[in-house]
Amino acid sequence: MRLVAAAATLVAAAAVLPLVYLLVRAGGASADAWDTLLDDRTALLVWRTALLVAVVTAGAVLLGVGLAWLVERTDVPGRRVLAVAAALPLVVPSYVTALALLAAFGPGGLVSAGDWVFGLPGAALALVLATYPYVYLLCAAGLRRMDPALEEAARTLGRTRAAVFRQVTLPVLRPSIAGGAVLVALYALSDFGVVSLMRYDALTRAVFTQYRSLFDRTPAALLGLVLVALTVVVLVLEARSRGRGRVRRSAAGADRPAQRVALGRWRWPAAVAGWGAVAVALLVPVGVLLGWSLRDAAEHPSFGDLAGWTGSSLLGSGLAAVVAMAAALPVAVLATRRPGRVSAVLERATYASNALPGIVIALSLVFFATRVAEPVYQTLALLVFAYVVRFLPQALAGAHGALVRVDPELERAARGLGASPARVLARVTAPLMAPGLLAGATLVFLSTMKELPVTLLLRPIGFDTLATEVWTATGVSAYGTAAYPALALIAISIPVVWTLQVRPRGDARTDLQE
Amino acid sequence: MKRTLLAILALALPAAVAGCGDDEPSSSSSAGGGDGQRLTVYSGRNERLVGDLFKQFTKATGVQVQVRYGDSAELAATIAEEGDASPADVFFSQDAGALGAVQQAGLLAPVPAAAAAKVPERFRTDRWIGTSGRARVVAYSTERLKASQLPSSILDFCDDRWEGKIGFPPPNASFQSFVSAMRIALGEERARDWLECMERQDPTLLENNIQTEEAIADGEIDVGFVNHYYLPELKAERPGFPVANHFLKAGDPGSLVNVAGVGLLASSERQDAARRFLDHLLSPAGQRYFSTRTFEYPLVAGIPRPRETRPLEDVHGPDIALSELGEKLPSTLELLQDVGLVK
Repeated sequence: MRLVAAAATLVAAAAVLPLVYLLVRAGGASADAWDTLLDDRTALLVWRTALLVAVVTAGAVLLGVGLAWLVERTDVPGRRVLAVAAALPLVVPSYVTALALLAAFGPGGLVSAGDWVFGLPGAALALVLATYPYVYLLCAAGLRRMDPALEEAARTLGRTRAAVFRQVTLPVLRPSIAGGAVLVALYALSDFGVVSLMRYDALTRAVFTQYRSLFDRTPAALLGLVLVALTVVVLVLEARSRGRGRVRRSAAGADRPAQRVALGRWRWPAAVAGWGAVAVALLVPVGVLLGWSLRDAAEHPSFGDLAGWTGSSLLGSGLAAVVAMAAALPVAVLATRRPGRVSAVLERATYASNALPGIVIALSLVFFATRVAEPVYQTLALLVFAYVVRFLPQALAGAHGALVRVDPELERAARGLGASPARVLARVTAPLMAPGLLAGATLVFLSTMKELPVTLLLRPIGFDTLATEVWTATGVSAYGTAAYPALALIAISIPVVWTLQVRPRGDARTDLQE
Repeated sequence: MKRTLLAILALALPAAVAGCGDDEPSSSSSAGGGDGQRLTVYSGRNERLVGDLFKQFTKATGVQVQVRYGDSAELAATIAEEGDASPADVFFSQDAGALGAVQQAGLLAPVPAAAAAKVPERFRTDRWIGTSGRARVVAYSTERLKASQLPSSILDFCDDRWEGKIGFPPPNASFQSFVSAMRIALGEERARDWLECMERQDPTLLENNIQTEEAIADGEIDVGFVNHYYLPELKAERPGFPVANHFLKAGDPGSLVNVAGVGLLASSERQDAARRFLDHLLSPAGQRYFSTRTFEYPLVAGIPRPRETRPLEDVHGPDIALSELGEKLPSTLELLQDVGLVK
């Protein structure tokens, strides 16, 4: 355990590097700069950011939980396809979603209806569509793992379906919802592309304006610290909701499917709602991209180029997923097996950087690498390290969820039989956690595929990814050219989501029986 | 097979180039030459705009270029964090402001005298040098306006008839440079008055020049304050794009000519190759590239200007030094925040 603790500490230390950087930068700030931090303008930015995060989180939870319940617990038409389709928007970069919404519903767009897309409505819509899969994936997995006996017992006791959902299903799902909601909230806090395209003044937009205009990293660092403060608020809220509703599984229980709710006359309205949401989140971006690619068909990049960018994307994202999984393991083990103040702080610390805009994380690693690790500067190794720092919470969400399910008695038994702690971890704990770790690693993989600011500043020169090529083309408004790498990015992410969503279903054979 | 071929080429090429030996007096064909044959450029300019320029340079000189593409401001911040450890030899920036920031950090080497002699003084300092010019213009909708309906001064857009029809990008570096120039040229009072008037006009606030051009095409606004070269780029992409550029009268603060340019990093160990790169940008071939490929103004005399533009003498902006703009930027941002144009 001491080894695990040491490893966890190391991981946490790496994850807080950007925070240290912000403090170093803020330390050089003049009294004046601190003053501007406390003025009305900052307060307004914090309010607007908090509003966006609240609306996006609420929207993503409603949509995510709703879809998960429809797919896992009802007889909604086409639910097996819907189960996969609902997760797919995760592979669409949020700036592509925003561009597509603008092309579809903005002024001069296909279905132009005024300028409602700008400001809060458009920004919130794009972010909800881009982030609800975090909640959906975790909740769908939660529902699948849930012991059906709980709901059945409640039904036998005469509760209505609504009451069962409220009093039994929701409490059991609470950790999954909370975990997903945190990822959604942190994403909304850190995102820059969507708020910029939708012209909504949030904190990240102000951080970028400061960098762009002043070239002075201090005011931007102060605003970055405000973002960290908001992260702490989010984490405290999550910890509270997690603490209240823990339903432990008393015994392993039989892995059998839950009874599905017959929707009756609600069957088709439910289908329209579920499929409609997924269509907007998935078909609008893909449709708009296809339209662009056809409009400027002559502009397409060569197959060799596309293959090269795809290769770079796969390499960077694959390594990031593996390393993030390895890094999340000790932190999760420590947090669940040695719960306490120290391990809680360690786990939370790894979330600290997640709400920061990518540019802040990139600059912090430029700062540290050029001072203490120059040989790895602008190498693939440092790039992967940066990805892990940025997306560790997603790996942790998976690992943590999986660990809660592993009965400590099994580990104690293994210890009693004389196995060393390392051996217990390798032979008992890790295999049981594998599905959760895999889910977390998949989230990291998909996020890394789409990542932009860190990739731009820390990649080895000439290491062009699909995301950087989309950026290059949209930078000169060459949407026809941008469509190809964007579509490739979506296409190669699909099998990954497929594995994540379909394989676990296939394992529970009975689940497939109608 | 292909790899072997490439390897042979990679080995043979530098040797061949060194063998050709230009006018360098040193007879050694290995050490010194080998090191000078590579160059790392941080480019704040888009790969689609300047990618071929780097290829052109390599073809002309044999110097291999490694380019890190990014946003100008973000690359300036990166170079500042890297300090003396920066792998960059040259910073190729989209605007004078980012160059000024790197100069302020004390990281740039002096501009070689031969290069400085080619470019008018107002387009350079002793540490960075402009390589192409970009003029501020008023882009307008050709569907809803005629050129004759547009005023000749940016100040005249402070008129009721433009209410709700104007758009511009306050977070954008070139917009902020224009406001700084206006403050220097007209004084604080008048600049603030104009900005406050603009704020009352209920403008559409955008993030950058391209968004502004698209807002005009989509019918959100009728006129936008932007740089001149975005339009030809957009028209190349989308023929029939319903927007045109309107040049304001000479000396007007609305027709500031800013530059894209380069700074040579003081920490670079490849000063020679860096200078050759700068020389190439200022050569007739380099200057013609800007004129015909990025539609920017050449800054070296004797090169034809881009099509559909007015002569640089006529778009002469207010008489101010570009190097002054950098110092004004922090207070300009404050002013924009004060007036309510930047949130």
